[in-house]
Amino acid sequence: MADAEVFPYIPNSVPEVKAEMLKAIGISSVEDIYAEIPDRLRFKGELQVPPRCKSEYELRRHIDDLFAKNKDCKEYIGFLGGGVYNHYAPSVVTTIMERDEFLTSYVGDAYADHGKWMAQFEYASCMAELLEMDAVNTPTYDWGMAAATAIRMGARITSRDEALVCTAVSPDRLSCMKNYAWSAVPTFTMVKTDPTTGLVDLKDLEEKMTDKVAVFYFENPSFFGVIEHQGARIAEIVHAKGGVVAAGVDPISLGVLEAPAKYGVEIAVGDVQGLGIAMSCGGGQGGFVATQDEPKYFGEFPALMFGITPTIVEGEYGFGEALFERTSYGSREKAKDFLGTMAQLHGIGAGVYLALMGPKGMAEIGEGIMQRSAYLAGRLNGLKGIKAPVFSAPFFKEFVVNFDGTGKTVADVNKALLERKIFGGKDLSTWFPELGQSALYCVTEVHTKDDLDALVGALEEVL
Amino acid sequence: MKKLGLIVNPIAGMGGRCGLKGTDGAEILAQACALGAVPEAPDRALTALQQVAKLADDVEVVTVGGDMGAKEADAAGLDARILFTPDGRATTSEDTRRAAAELAAHGVDLILFAGGDGTARDVYAAVGDDVVCLGIPAGCKIHSGVYAINPRNAGELAALYLQGKVKATGRAEVMDIDEDAFREGRVSAELYGYLTVPRDAARVQGGKAGRTQKDEQALDEIAYYLFDVIEPDSLYILGTGSTVFGLKERLGVDGTLLGVDVTRGRELIAKDVTERQILELLEAEGGDKAKIVVTVIGGQGYIFGRGNQQLSPRVIEKVGRENILVVATKQKIAALGGRPLLVDTGSEETNALLTGYMRVITGYSEQIAVRVSA
Amino acid sequence: MGITKVRKNFHQARWDEPMIFELSTPGVRGIIPPAAEAEVAAAAGDVVGKLPESIRRKTPPALPEVDQKRVLAHYLHLSQETLGSNLNADMSQGTCTMKYNPRINEDLAMESRFANVHPWQDEDTLQGILEIYWGMEQIMKAVSGMDRFTLQPGGGAHAVFTAASIIRAYWRDKGELDTRDEVVTSMFSHPCDAASPHTAGFKIITLMPKEDGYPDLEAMKSVVGPRTAAIFFTNPEDTGIYNPLIEEFVKVAHEAGAVCFNDQANGNVLMGIARTRDAGFDLCHYNLHKTFGTPHGGSGPGTGAMGCREEFAKYLPYPTVEKDPATGRFYLDYDRPESIGKIKGFLGSAGVVLRAYCWAMAMGPEGLRETAEISALNNNYFMELVKRIPGVSAPYAEGHRRLEECRWSWQPLTEETGVGTDDILRRVGDFGLQHYWSSHHPWVVPEPMTIEPCETFAKEELEEYAAVLAQIAEEARTDPELVKQSPHKCATHKRAAEEELDDPTKWATTWKAYKRKIGK
Repeated sequence: MADAEVFPYIPNSVPEVKAEMLKAIGISSVEDIYAEIPDRLRFKGELQVPPRCKSEYELRRHIDDLFAKNKDCKEYIGFLGGGVYNHYAPSVVTTIMERDEFLTSYVGDAYADHGKWMAQFEYASCMAELLEMDAVNTPTYDWGMAAATAIRMGARITSRDEALVCTAVSPDRLSCMKNYAWSAVPTFTMVKTDPTTGLVDLKDLEEKMTDKVAVFYFENPSFFGVIEHQGARIAEIVHAKGGVVAAGVDPISLGVLEAPAKYGVEIAVGDVQGLGIAMSCGGGQGGFVATQDEPKYFGEFPALMFGITPTIVEGEYGFGEALFERTSYGSREKAKDFLGTMAQLHGIGAGVYLALMGPKGMAEIGEGIMQRSAYLAGRLNGLKGIKAPVFSAPFFKEFVVNFDGTGKTVADVNKALLERKIFGGKDLSTWFPELGQSALYCVTEVHTKDDLDALVGALEEVL
Repeated sequence: MKKLGLIVNPIAGMGGRCGLKGTDGAEILAQACALGAVPEAPDRALTALQQVAKLADDVEVVTVGGDMGAKEADAAGLDARILFTPDGRATTSEDTRRAAAELAAHGVDLILFAGGDGTARDVYAAVGDDVVCLGIPAGCKIHSGVYAINPRNAGELAALYLQGKVKATGRAEVMDIDEDAFREGRVSAELYGYLTVPRDAARVQGGKAGRTQKDEQALDEIAYYLFDVIEPDSLYILGTGSTVFGLKERLGVDGTLLGVDVTRGRELIAKDVTERQILELLEAEGGDKAKIVVTVIGGQGYIFGRGNQQLSPRVIEKVGRENILVVATKQKIAALGGRPLLVDTGSEETNALLTGYMRVITGYSEQIAVRVSA
Repeated sequence: MGITKVRKNFHQARWDEPMIFELSTPGVRGIIPPAAEAEVAAAAGDVVGKLPESIRRKTPPALPEVDQKRVLAHYLHLSQETLGSNLNADMSQGTCTMKYNPRINEDLAMESRFANVHPWQDEDTLQGILEIYWGMEQIMKAVSGMDRFTLQPGGGAHAVFTAASIIRAYWRDKGELDTRDEVVTSMFSHPCDAASPHTAGFKIITLMPKEDGYPDLEAMKSVVGPRTAAIFFTNPEDTGIYNPLIEEFVKVAHEAGAVCFNDQANGNVLMGIARTRDAGFDLCHYNLHKTFGTPHGGSGPGTGAMGCREEFAKYLPYPTVEKDPATGRFYLDYDRPESIGKIKGFLGSAGVVLRAYCWAMAMGPEGLRETAEISALNNNYFMELVKRIPGVSAPYAEGHRRLEECRWSWQPLTEETGVGTDDILRRVGDFGLQHYWSSHHPWVVPEPMTIEPCETFAKEELEEYAAVLAQIAEEARTDPELVKQSPHKCATHKRAAEEELDDPTKWATTWKAYKRKIGK
């Protein structure tokens, strides 16, 4: 008999142990168990997968070699955003997220997993303060799914099946929303963005807002970074027809920008990735959905909601699921949302981040981001042939830069920037041809003046 | 202070061990005694009361003298107020009814009774659904849903309810079979009504699926579905039982709980109808556009032949198999554990027509395919 | 041989931890974000002051103000009050495949060349990650026999939803979406096989099992027809029972023109043993966070790898990861006009894909097969031990072997003692084991317990777990209150007022709501 393979992750792969277990079961081989599977369905060949990295060191070398083919936003200066943001991830956040206790937990009840439930409750509580709404879900997959959920919730609340969405959203996010909401909301109608200001075109909204529309969804800041300041008026228009106002917001902006609840938003959604979760090539997302804690809204949350509750010991905090049966609270529901493994770890991380930052940290980071992005937009606008920002309304973190006057395409510019170790802004020319050769630039607290000046310098060379 | 009403039917269950299938009636009881049957209900009641005894300071027990509760309360160390003491030597059905009625009049918070289906019927006859009740299983026939799974659980649930830790209540079926028929090998269970029982909603799971779906929500979903599929011109023959009654309520039909009602669309045209009336309506309206809506009655899984004999073979054949809508909560179907739904229409031909597979409507756009067997 | 020990003296950390908000003192800071340089600030001007009044924040958010050490300590305390699967013999969470999550994969995911990568970077700077995506897809193809995979869905239910979306697009293309509106699943398939297609707009027909627990082929034949869009089946089912007639089910569906989806959530036991494609399925999914050893993260992030036959590949979410055969360069293909679009942003949970790839590379072909075989062996050994405990039974499939797990019933014990599975699962926590998973609702198996002793667990751990169950069964007879009032040694005690969680005046899912309703 050849030397048996023993796998560090499979303790019972030791032949003697296996033999003993087979004997205890009273069978001679695991084939006796697999006899349950008809022979013709058995796979007889060798799995065509790469040979194993037998030692941990080999595995590390293999991955190191693959990673060597990547570049990252530390080595290069990155100006990409659009939903994945290069914010600083504090050490405490990373430390907590990497604790095996949290990292490897799953769906244990709130006794042995009490800490997870409490951390989730605190996450929801911090988001509640930021949003001025007191019901917040355990995170769904990402912003797109959160926005899609808001659309379906709006449909349930109003028993209507049409949605209005402002055009200034990520086309990927919109695609996700349409596909997910289809069975409840087959009709999406787009509301124009004012081509000068970048704000919601109120006249267009007023025309399209009918008593068939369940919900109007817009983003603030918009996909183009534009700060929407007409919230109260938007709410008036939507409420006049009995619709629900839903908005996507960037939580990192909420130390300086008004809480969505304060300007008429009933369902606020967005992504927690920017709150201390690493970009990880888009793997750090987590979608939040928030409303006021009123049965009308609360009853429509599809997610688990962790509620605080007394235990048999006086004064002890316990947790349990609040109103598990939410799916038809006072409204008819033809198709339910599904539940599953989503993004709870990122919720915990975001909670730690907000606890560290506090109100002052959030105000400071918001202001710092606005200063840097304003500075960069100002400097870019001074370059020949460049218009920045394209829209006239104030912006936060992101802004659209137009290169039409340079005679170059964004693709050309970005290629040249890449050679100078800069990731230029997201090319918008395919998604939004009406913007010409434009790119979406994103500036955060990680950018120093040198980083910003480096971009300006590189563009001066390139153009 | 909370008041617990207690009734023990001391002879419940005596017939079971001797193969007598029940103790309804004095003759059978005498027969049981002659066969050496020993009362079991008192011990079972005591087991339950021991759970309540922990609340001795906070609960006043109100009961009936002698074998019907006083002895058991005493044995459990509970002081009890005695409302009356029956004079007869052997407890009768009338004693149980009187006890229940007086306890209700006394304003007890909960009636805990030990017995079987016959006892549940008597309690129901006396109090209807006005008082919250809970059964300690002690009889030989337990078809009714008003009983806890064992005496200990009955006591615990009673205590939780009296402490306010369980607040939810719901309807539970009072069913009984005709003992004479049963002794002759025929089962003919009737649905007599519904008692209000405490419901243990605190079944909390590990967090993944959450608590069980409540009947109320399941009924909402089924009703929403029916809203959409009900054709305004068709006749709907709405069967008996709390599930169908819940749908009648939601559809705005002022129907009956224990009777069969007929609507055109959602408009009630005949209430608590007999087989003959149904046939007349079918005759007048043409049977081809009629539909029957029934649910699963009792724990055994009957959809026809238990508590809805008005839906006779002739009615069923006239309406046709494809026009039968079976509605039930998922919970109820799951509880069958793979056992089939049952039909016992009294006609072999009709039974044969109904067997096979049927889709049970369990929610909005949700159905479960279940085998039907005779 | 190592020893088998029941941890009778176990006690979880119990910090009686206050809420983070209760640690707050005005003015205290936990971290300071980097300020913009003076020159930048000066050039930008008063950016906040210039904001329109309507959108400028007037009241600062009432977030906690806590120093860094106390924030860290607070969350370390909470972590110690959480029983992650790497800390215990977590075969408890049956159907979840709680295998070891290797530390090395965490170290790799923290590397800057992964953690600090933006998904919209130029493809030339993403070659390593794209190769990992591509490589993972090849591994999934080999395991399943399918032609293409998407790794974008963020979890199992999401992958099932993605499949349902693809099937919707398929019937829309054929012009039959209006008539093909039913999806058939089975009662012991994962509930998401009903819920996800339902969300996508299909009517759901669920098949009850036969009395022996096996899926009912006759029931299937009675419901499948011209309205059937697809069948969604888990196999082995959540009972651990392999459906030996699975091919017949697929055949019946195919004959009616329906599409066949196989939920491989329980597929750990089949790797290298049987491929879903060979049973005739058109689409399938695997949970990378279960079968491929990535951490569950307290319920995400995860990845549902969804695979399909070539015929359905054109509908996959965009972008797909492709390899240019001429140059060996990897690229993202966005030009997929028939794609259902996006179901998740960017490339999905890239961190999960990376970790799953690492796990698979550490196993190799022989390791994947060993994983399957030992998970079957472990389950059957564990069943031998548990079967001996009076009061527990393994309903259904008499005379047959279960594959990767078993759904047990404590019904006999409950009838005898009044102690139910909800009590027992709480008590398990007192022995340093995670509360086990009973079952999805509705309960078909009464008083259920679902245990999945996958390949991760040593023989001694299986014995330890069985011994704990035996002890609790004994306690149920001798001291039922001990079990009913449990847990006693976990981070917190039994909930005292569950009904309040359904009461709108009492429930509170945030501190803000709690203060408002309970007044603190």
